[in-house]
Amino acid sequence: MDIPYTAKARPDTGLFNAKVGIWLFLASEVMLFGALFSAYILLRVGADPATWPQGLLNIPIGTFNTLVLITSSVTVVLSWASLKMGNFGRYRFYQSITILCALGFLGIKSFEYRDKWSHYEVWKTDGTRMTGHIEGKPYFWRTETLARKKLDSITFLPDASHYTMPRAEQHKAQHHAEQQGAGAHKPIEIKTSEIKRLSAFVPGHSTYFAIYFTLTALHGLHVLGGALVIAYIWGPGAKMWKTDPERYTNRVEVSGLFWHFVDLVWIFLFPVLYLL
Amino acid sequence: MSDDHSHEAIKKHVRTYIVIFVALLVGTLVTVGLNSLDFARFWVTVTIALFVATIKAALVAGFFMHLISEKKAVYAVLVTTVCFFAAMMYLTVWGRFQVPRGSEFIPAKEIPLKTASGGAF
Repeated sequence: MDIPYTAKARPDTGLFNAKVGIWLFLASEVMLFGALFSAYILLRVGADPATWPQGLLNIPIGTFNTLVLITSSVTVVLSWASLKMGNFGRYRFYQSITILCALGFLGIKSFEYRDKWSHYEVWKTDGTRMTGHIEGKPYFWRTETLARKKLDSITFLPDASHYTMPRAEQHKAQHHAEQQGAGAHKPIEIKTSEIKRLSAFVPGHSTYFAIYFTLTALHGLHVLGGALVIAYIWGPGAKMWKTDPERYTNRVEVSGLFWHFVDLVWIFLFPVLYLL
Repeated sequence: MSDDHSHEAIKKHVRTYIVIFVALLVGTLVTVGLNSLDFARFWVTVTIALFVATIKAALVAGFFMHLISEKKAVYAVLVTTVCFFAAMMYLTVWGRFQVPRGSEFIPAKEIPLKTASGGAF
């Protein structure tokens, strides 16, 4: 016995099964991301500015990632429209661009993550703080790493500014450093005995990075999951186009709806995390 | 989703999708451009950024997700979701000063910064 309404719509609701299902699922996803956004807002509003490192994310990279995701959103809907017009070849073309955009987004995100994990903050015993890189660009070093590796000192390349400085002063300092070129980032030697705390920009660094990695990693997992589903329907699942084209088009539409939701979340994530 | 699935109707939709795509690209560049301006108050920056983001989200939801011509059942699901989301936000904000019995709420700005071992920053 065939399950009814997998291709044709129910006469009472006007919807086929998968569409009801995906909208209910997206409703649950709204609650998930909404809860995390609420957490971000309240954590940020309640935090001491000295502990909230805003302005550390790369805006040009984030903007490019936004444009990549917007492009994938339009190719997903164009691929569905191509199937509606019976053009399987054009559907395959647009959907392959979607998958490439997804992989590009994830590649850029992983580059951003790696950059964070080799970027450090040092709290010194005299109360000063600085951000920068350790010579050799190691990953995931902490205060305990210095004792474990029996290091007497570290060679540190400090950044031109610190996130506790007012934004205008940060931009001025960075602009001045850019003009100076390579000479701006002179390495300094910091004795281990002078270091109160050393942390990379990892979830454990601060509440900001904890919520940043939670939000973006969860979103990244959604991008990966969506890309895998779209790729399956594009590849091995494409046999259904020959046997049941209407049901296949519905699958493409429903996976596209999920993809648009993922894009929607990023449309809010980008300004909240990168710009504000 | 429109009930009219003729080729002509789909072609018209495709033209709309391209226009919306360009609008989204422009919206993104406008958001980034506005961010470089220094508004007097932070809440002005937040309001403008979220306003532009909401417009972009509405375009994606309305046209790419076809919500502008969807069925009542989908609207019912979404209206219910909005109500639950509002309730969740309200509960979170309402409970933000609640602390376990026996402890005291101290605003973050009054807490002296300490390391994990208890020393001061």
